[in-house]
Amino acid sequence: MPTLPLITISAPFDTHHCLPVALPVVLPKSFIMATISAAPDTKLQCAHCGEDCPDKKISLGDKNFCCEGCKLVYEILNENDLCDYYTLNANPGQAQRIPVRKDKFAFLDDKKIQQQLIQFQDDTQTHLTFYIPHIHCSSCLWLLENLHRLDGGVQRVTVNFAKKEALIIFRQQETSLRHIAETLTSIGYEPYISLQDLRQQKPRIQKGLIYRLGVAGFCFANIMLLSFPEYFSHYGYADEKMNHIFRWLNLTLSLPVFFYSAQVFYRSAWGGLKSGFLNIDLPIVLAIIVTFIRSLTDVLTDTGGGYFDSMTGIVFFMLVGRILQDKTYQGLSFDRDYTAYFPIAITVLKDGQQVPTALPDIKTNDTLLIHNQELIPADGILVKGNAIIDYSFVTGEAVPVQKNAGEIVYAGGKQLEGNIEILTIKEVAQSYLTSLWNREELKTPKEKQPSFIHLLSRYFTWVVLSIAVITATYWWAHDPSRIWPAVTAVLIVACPCALLLAASFTNGHILRILSRHHLYLRNADAIERLADVDHIVFDKTGTLTGKATASISYQGMPLTKEKLWAIGSLAAQSTHPLSKMIASFCGKDESLPIRNFRSIAANGISGWVQYNFIQLGNAAFTGTSSKVHTDGSTVYVTIDGQQTGCFIVRHHYREGIAALLGHLRKKYALSLLSGDNDAEAAYLQEIMGPSASLHFAQQPVDKLGYVLSLQKQGRRVLMIGDGLNDAGALKQSDVGISLTENSNNFTPASDGILEADQMIQLPRFIRICRNNKRIIILTFIISLLYNIIGLFFAVQGILSPLTAAILMPASSISIVLLTYGLSEWMDRA
Amino acid sequence: MSVIIILLGASLLVAIFFLAAFIWSVRNGQFEDDFSPAHRILFEIKPTETGCKSGNACSNTNCKSRICNQH
Repeated sequence: MPTLPLITISAPFDTHHCLPVALPVVLPKSFIMATISAAPDTKLQCAHCGEDCPDKKISLGDKNFCCEGCKLVYEILNENDLCDYYTLNANPGQAQRIPVRKDKFAFLDDKKIQQQLIQFQDDTQTHLTFYIPHIHCSSCLWLLENLHRLDGGVQRVTVNFAKKEALIIFRQQETSLRHIAETLTSIGYEPYISLQDLRQQKPRIQKGLIYRLGVAGFCFANIMLLSFPEYFSHYGYADEKMNHIFRWLNLTLSLPVFFYSAQVFYRSAWGGLKSGFLNIDLPIVLAIIVTFIRSLTDVLTDTGGGYFDSMTGIVFFMLVGRILQDKTYQGLSFDRDYTAYFPIAITVLKDGQQVPTALPDIKTNDTLLIHNQELIPADGILVKGNAIIDYSFVTGEAVPVQKNAGEIVYAGGKQLEGNIEILTIKEVAQSYLTSLWNREELKTPKEKQPSFIHLLSRYFTWVVLSIAVITATYWWAHDPSRIWPAVTAVLIVACPCALLLAASFTNGHILRILSRHHLYLRNADAIERLADVDHIVFDKTGTLTGKATASISYQGMPLTKEKLWAIGSLAAQSTHPLSKMIASFCGKDESLPIRNFRSIAANGISGWVQYNFIQLGNAAFTGTSSKVHTDGSTVYVTIDGQQTGCFIVRHHYREGIAALLGHLRKKYALSLLSGDNDAEAAYLQEIMGPSASLHFAQQPVDKLGYVLSLQKQGRRVLMIGDGLNDAGALKQSDVGISLTENSNNFTPASDGILEADQMIQLPRFIRICRNNKRIIILTFIISLLYNIIGLFFAVQGILSPLTAAILMPASSISIVLLTYGLSEWMDRA
Repeated sequence: MSVIIILLGASLLVAIFFLAAFIWSVRNGQFEDDFSPAHRILFEIKPTETGCKSGNACSNTNCKSRICNQH
């Protein structure tokens, strides 16, 4: 055996940081130091999905593909003359590296499940809607609507782009639900069918509000038009008879606004009153009613035209504001619980038969067959098969665990290798993971801090009422006949609708600005809560670290290419994620024979490759005496009993994370909750600051408990997480934001969804939310000026409909423009 | 002045017509998805046959016929 020169690795390593790059040794070429995530030198783009191709091995004509899956999709489309798909948009596909299991949609043959999915069926046709997360461009639209060219039984497909849904109409005699789902999957548009779809309908947009707005707009515009003669009646253009007709027409037109459009505000005010809370809608409703009664008496007693135009106008503007503020992101769901993650059905073994069974129908003591890459839906005992279970979904722990027959496996784990059979010991709803959702803390709605707008409106109302009382007393002493006009005019003018308008328009704009930066908040309340946050809790895996990228490096004796390949070939035998990374780092030679391969769980692997006995694993397993302290996971290598070196695998933190945390720690208390082990604790403590509290090996319940304990101390907690394991904590915290790699991904229930690469902008988002309050107050103060002008006329009892008609739209429009301008300016600044 | 009353009635009728049209369009779901209809209209429906149909004047770019003039 050739002897290799030994590089000593003692001096440059301090206790925590092992940075091989800093080695003061000129390294031979064979000493490779690279990252897996690094791009290859020549960039080859996959013709289907646009991702980088590792090599030119998979190709068709002049087209290269990143994986067999992508190539297959291309072939199917090519055969069916559907290649326009690729001309409409560049690389519209999605990487197909993980093949979909062949019988995944077998459960769609089950009549009972079918019935729950089908919307309409007669003798010939069936209608149903699939949610297809991958829909993202016009190519998708085109391909899906041409589905009939791939499956003759499909009559028509209509895509709803905003909802990412496809309505499929097909003839059930010619094709089946399962076949359609499989066809869609084969072209890269796997429909997502979850338990949640079965149980509840998706929220629809509130059409009622839009009808109300339409009616209010119609009435408002016509009343304005018909009021013109009235405005100028003092200047000698009046025709008594015509005026009379106009007034009655106005009265008629205001009825639908008063009784129909304004209902939204009555309901909200009444709801507030019932729960003993004076919200801003109450003074507004009061003003609407007073204006209506005053105008009604004016018309009935023939003393004036009333303020119908002002009343309908304000209702119209407030409805516009409310619709803008309630903007919903149809493609996103903020309410996913575990059922959205779980498959809809699972294979149950009954008397040797495989029966697809819907999840709620699974009983204890059923034997479940869990396929490769499938989620375990209920807690059970492993009966048969070799279980390697990835619990990252539940715990955040990145390394899969191996389980032997007889051991308990928990719901939420994902089986990685081959099929297993488990005997359920708990039903789905009672399993460990799912029971998290049934906890009392999460069932009771959060006690909401009332918005400052309501508090402000209360002061405002008191001021207005006292002005009204003073005016009344004054006129009672001087001219009692003017009490009624003066007091009603004060109440009309001083309606806090300007405040409501300012709030709803600003909230609407801020939501829009945030969504432009890919932070999608559930509703306007979340803006205010995000602004008030003082403690930020991070999840580690998937949040601070990226999902897929990890860097790997080797240090120790230089290795020849042959030796590297030998190590790679050995590592390729194991499914452990570390082995997989080492295998792709080293490369492999398929022809190398491997004998006596042994894998010892939680220790390492060994085997003979050609004439060398290679061991990979932890220090004890490989018999390494000199341990290296690293901030990542270390895998030691011995060749023929000789210590050769080690591989260091580090999770890649997202770009800019250190800077982000460095910035945040100045203003906020930071915490870290990780389901993983504490291998990287030292590094994390350094970037999060000495005062940050780090918690490792946290179960979902621990995370929830930690957030609760912070809240008990009076902290307002922002939790940022990504997985189902954070779901409880996300829901409990004052603001829970879930990260997503792309918006097609599934995120647990939360107050906001943030695209992962935008996380570094977090301080900016919080600043925007804080400015939200400032803008509202500023515009409110400006609108108060209008109110003071109005009050000047009102207390004297000489508020003419014309003055009101000018003041009202002027103040409303200037508020809208101001909020828009200010929020845009603040976003740029 | 009765002419104004007639005009008034007519203008209100027109306005009511537009209100009805608006309500119909909302109910019809025209505001639910603003992406698909705008793009759908631009898609071409190409002949899907790969065979030659029109002899000398074949314009089928996918034509695979050996005797077609295109080749």
